[in-house]
Amino acid sequence: MSIMELNGGSVIAMVGKDCVAIASDLRLGNQALGISSNYQRIFPVTDRVYVGLPGLATDVTTLRERFRYRVNMYTIKEEREIEPETFAHLVSSTLYEHRFGPYFIEPVMAGLSKTPSGGYKPFIAATDLIGCLNFAKDFVVAGTASAKLFGVAEGLWEPDLEAEDLFETISQTLLNAVDRDAYSGWGAIVHVITKDKIITRTLKARMD
Amino acid sequence: MANADGGAYSYSLTVFSPSGKLVQIEHALAAVSQGTTSLGIKASNGIVIATEKKSSSILIDDSMIEKVAVICPNIGVVYSGMGPDFRVLIARARKSAQAYWKVYGEYPPTKVLTQEIATVMQQATQSGGVRPFGVSLLVAGWDINRGPSLYQVDPSGSFWAWKASAIGKNMVNAKTFLEKRYNDDISLEDAIHTALLTLKEGFEGQMTEKTIEIGVITVPTLEELEAGKVGGETGRPRPTFRKLSEEEVRDYLAL
Repeated sequence: MSIMELNGGSVIAMVGKDCVAIASDLRLGNQALGISSNYQRIFPVTDRVYVGLPGLATDVTTLRERFRYRVNMYTIKEEREIEPETFAHLVSSTLYEHRFGPYFIEPVMAGLSKTPSGGYKPFIAATDLIGCLNFAKDFVVAGTASAKLFGVAEGLWEPDLEAEDLFETISQTLLNAVDRDAYSGWGAIVHVITKDKIITRTLKARMD
Repeated sequence: MANADGGAYSYSLTVFSPSGKLVQIEHALAAVSQGTTSLGIKASNGIVIATEKKSSSILIDDSMIEKVAVICPNIGVVYSGMGPDFRVLIARARKSAQAYWKVYGEYPPTKVLTQEIATVMQQATQSGGVRPFGVSLLVAGWDINRGPSLYQVDPSGSFWAWKASAIGKNMVNAKTFLEKRYNDDISLEDAIHTALLTLKEGFEGQMTEKTIEIGVITVPTLEELEAGKVGGETGRPRPTFRKLSEEEVRDYLAL
């Protein structure tokens, strides 16, 4: 058994037309024993940047607090909110600091970045547990059901999905992938981020 | 004890004089006022910083003197005061810019880097066994959030933003001159002109392309920004700060 599989859980992020979505399951377990069906592993960084932290639960808590500290110091010092690309680099360098004793987390980030002309561009990224960045254009996956998430996403995703369609696509991708993984599931949550608002929905999922 | 030059309070940096001054910092400012004049002017589409490159002897190879220095692609700096102190400060500033890049994947905004340099200078006013830096700096930089900004940093570590400023030997006259000629919509070309005229006011000797140094910040156009942060085959960040070559300086002087 790998340490990344102790608590279970998976996260996915997808790009749509002028929107992004990030979704995860809600299970927290101790190997086969399910403990919680309400474990949040996606957190807001700013109004426009969200980060999902699948992996070892204690590191989920620690990393959330480390990122909150660093982002708060950034916001106060620079007198502005951090952009998604900058946050992705911050995540990467934070993880690499522990290159030889890493956090057992594979972060997934989603957000909207400001363009020079004043608009917003969708942004997603993921890293491995030691900070190798992946800037995908379509979707990024992580967690115990990552292999299944790759398969379903590859099948269902298409470019330029509107917010409602993106919600349906990411939800079906997540549900059908975690239902095929023993350590993920027990509920699901989806955040769809557009430039005006963020809609968070909890999905009705198989609780077995 | 407390006489005009500070008396017993003037030798220890970590002791306030009764009038509330740190006399060593006053002395450091005096060292700056003896240095060659430097100035900076912020225009609507850029910034110009310039200085005299005064050699004490004709035998000096002045092509090797660097008074306007690059810190990172979007920030440059010029000084008045002690050359060696400047050298140490730019080494620290360059390291600080690279450390920021290592964490965030982009170069620091001007204000953030200026704050770091100012912190280094302040630490030399509150530590044992060190003396303050004998330089004032004019830091010129561009970042996407604030646009072009010009900061002055003093030996005490205090810094503030200017639209136009001068430091060094001729600073009083130069600032009066700048006050008359500055307006908020000055263009970069006009600013370079004004900078040269201002330097000429207090110039001792011949003002040629070999006796002055000029650095320029050019604000990128919207097209350049849309094209992306990195440019060219090498994929390195597009620079916004550059030093003018001798030919360019000669052309500006000829006008």
